[in-house]
Amino acid sequence: MSEATGVLGDLMRGTLDHCVKCTICETFCPVSNVTPLFPGPKYVGPQAERFRVQDEPSFDASLDYCSGCGVCTQVCPQGVHIAEINTQARARMKETKGVPLRDRVIARPTLAGRLGTPVAPLANAALEAKPLRWAAEKTLGLHRDAPMPKFAGRTFQGWARKHESPSAARRVAYFHGCGANFYEPDTGEHTVAVLEHNGLQVEVPRGQGCCGLPLQSNGLFDDARTYVRRLTAKLAPAARAGTAIVGTSTSCTLMLKREAIEILSMEDDADLQVVSEHTYDICEFLLGLHDEGALRTDFRELPMTVTYHAPCQQQGHGIGKPALDLLALIPGLTVIENDATCCGVAGTYGLKAEKYPIAMKVGAGLFQQIREAKPELAVCDSETCRWQIEKASGVKSVHPVELLYRAYGLA
Amino acid sequence: VNDAVVIGAGVAGLTAAMRIAEAGGRVLVVAKGIGATHLAPGTIDVLGRVDGEPVERPLEALGRLGAGHPYARLPAGTLAAAAEWWRGRFADGPLAPYAYTGTVEASLPLPSPVGAVRRSALVPETMAAGDLRRGEPLCIVGLRPLRDFHAPYAADNLARQGYEARAKVLDLAPEPRPDVNSLGYARAFDDAAFRDRVVAELRGRLAPGESAGFPAVLGLRRPHAAWDDLERRLARRVFEIPTLPPSVPGMRVFATLRERLRRAGARVILNATVTGAERAGDRVTGVRVKVAAREVVHRGDWIVLATGGFASGGLELDSTWVAREVALGLPVHGVPGRGESRFAPGYLDEQPMARAGIRVDDGLRPLGPDGTRAAENVLVAGALLAGAEPWREGSGDGISLGTGFHAGGIVVGARSEAVAV
Repeated sequence: MSEATGVLGDLMRGTLDHCVKCTICETFCPVSNVTPLFPGPKYVGPQAERFRVQDEPSFDASLDYCSGCGVCTQVCPQGVHIAEINTQARARMKETKGVPLRDRVIARPTLAGRLGTPVAPLANAALEAKPLRWAAEKTLGLHRDAPMPKFAGRTFQGWARKHESPSAARRVAYFHGCGANFYEPDTGEHTVAVLEHNGLQVEVPRGQGCCGLPLQSNGLFDDARTYVRRLTAKLAPAARAGTAIVGTSTSCTLMLKREAIEILSMEDDADLQVVSEHTYDICEFLLGLHDEGALRTDFRELPMTVTYHAPCQQQGHGIGKPALDLLALIPGLTVIENDATCCGVAGTYGLKAEKYPIAMKVGAGLFQQIREAKPELAVCDSETCRWQIEKASGVKSVHPVELLYRAYGLA
Repeated sequence: VNDAVVIGAGVAGLTAAMRIAEAGGRVLVVAKGIGATHLAPGTIDVLGRVDGEPVERPLEALGRLGAGHPYARLPAGTLAAAAEWWRGRFADGPLAPYAYTGTVEASLPLPSPVGAVRRSALVPETMAAGDLRRGEPLCIVGLRPLRDFHAPYAADNLARQGYEARAKVLDLAPEPRPDVNSLGYARAFDDAAFRDRVVAELRGRLAPGESAGFPAVLGLRRPHAAWDDLERRLARRVFEIPTLPPSVPGMRVFATLRERLRRAGARVILNATVTGAERAGDRVTGVRVKVAAREVVHRGDWIVLATGGFASGGLELDSTWVAREVALGLPVHGVPGRGESRFAPGYLDEQPMARAGIRVDDGLRPLGPDGTRAAENVLVAGALLAGAEPWREGSGDGISLGTGFHAGGIVVGARSEAVAV
């Protein structure tokens, strides 16, 4: 049974009765603002949900054009869980209509990572080869121009197994996610260095896999729950020992904090509960250290201009933009805050052939802002957004922790 | 620690926050979601009616409202200063040259979406030509797919009141959508090609000297350009009339205030529901906020509470007629007690519940049932305040702007005093 069930599932769905049809969500929806193919969050959410009957097929295909960015829930003044209702309804729809092979493949980044890493040069060449990308578009429906990360050819876990973190009174556990593990091990290594520079002993729980978010977004709820259980089983011992779990993948930390509970209705899962309570986005965690006077501020001057884009999923944490406060501590650094809502890619959404043009339209404003600012780097907390920004704007994109790493002189 | 934590992102909260941030204060705005800007017409209505009589000069009539009204809490000159400040926010804001016009001394009678007369003090320049005192014949232009605005209905009602008005409905759709609303049209009107189609449809169909009233959808990103272009090419006065939500002029208000707040260095967190207060003696030292996975406390020297009334969820009433202020648990004033009349028979009559809210002293501090201050460093602003009936008085957003401006000023004043000491 793939559907959302249980008391919390009912409560999420029940919030649709708070909808007063004010359409505030539609004015903010990045997708319906650029394409009529998606009628908007209110229309497919609180409105259409009234016509969906439990245990009966659901056919409204327009729902699949929701990118799952979650902005609708963030802006709703009435507390309607619009994005959650839509994601659950999409899972029911996909149960009726079936899930394409493509969605099953791109929803499993660990599988791709494990297959691609040993043969990285070959795999990277294949991802850049135009005829192969053309073929992948025709056969699988993966857009030929969609941003694909490069396999690093090594894993962060491999590095971490050999790395000995100096012992310290205060410990943190690092949740690296698939992005840092297979594609950006530098981000993981630099995060560990920044944490250690601040006197923290960093443990990296072994065998961390995917958080299940891509499976959830693609409507594969049962598989997503399996992934959540597998990952939280690895992270729960640290949480039970009272250790904070910090992550650099902002959408994956949000998955552990809230989405797996609210969308997959896993509120009764003991491992997830304790992991959720102890999970922090890395910038949230570091700013917390700063608030208690425990963050080192021995920053070197970093005379450069960067832009900062807060991804939709980062905004879902409800923590504001801690990266901006951290970057403001670095002398010489000029940060231009982008005021765009979304880069368009929304995880796997922008990879799909039929959705890629929409994703590019959604992100157009952001890309233009970045290009016009002529920054040395475009800073952003989410890896899939960074890949999208890099590909579309031509500006190299990094996680905020990368600038802290450089300003601490750890490079 | 923040100089102020502002709860609520409507006109009152954003105004208070921006005044503090502009004076160099550290401000955090937390809100459950977007405020009522997107639902309100985008005009500042100070006072349109007292005791059932229309008011043309709002400031002169304020004294007739009684001592319990929020306006009675404002020092003399506050509304005029707030109005000047408001116009200034737009004059060099992100949508400039889109500007506000009008004064709080004399209000403009403008047609409402149903063709009634509404009196507004400050209005977008794009609405000003709707001033019914001009006596010009009006053509109300409808857009058939836009079901949130009915031009013939508005025109009929205006004609019934003696104004020369007729309607012309165009079959122009911005794009194929199942659910076209004002937002879709606003995007279209930003586009010169769509305006070409509108002008072509209307050419030769408007009488000489007739003003053209459009639903308020004339552009979102470049509203001045869209409106100005139509005035020039139709060679007549063009004005906007508010629509049902989403309110495009309200979205312009939000976009302007939000961007200026960002430039002033304030922080805004949405999707953050305030669940309670941390107290020390007679002060609130922080607010508890429910976010993903946990509750966090945001500390502030001052707390500005601007969550709105029953309609915005700042107040709740349970089935036993117990009212609750949801964020800080402040005492609610004016709810009819057991045995007292709770409803008036007519929908638009004065309802006994209408004036319920938080009662405050002249410093906007909340008062308990016995009239003593319920907290020393909490300031209450906007529709949450007791004693007003905005929909009957025509005081919507005038109260929010005035009290939000005053609240911001109190914090700014206290900060500069603290620095001086």
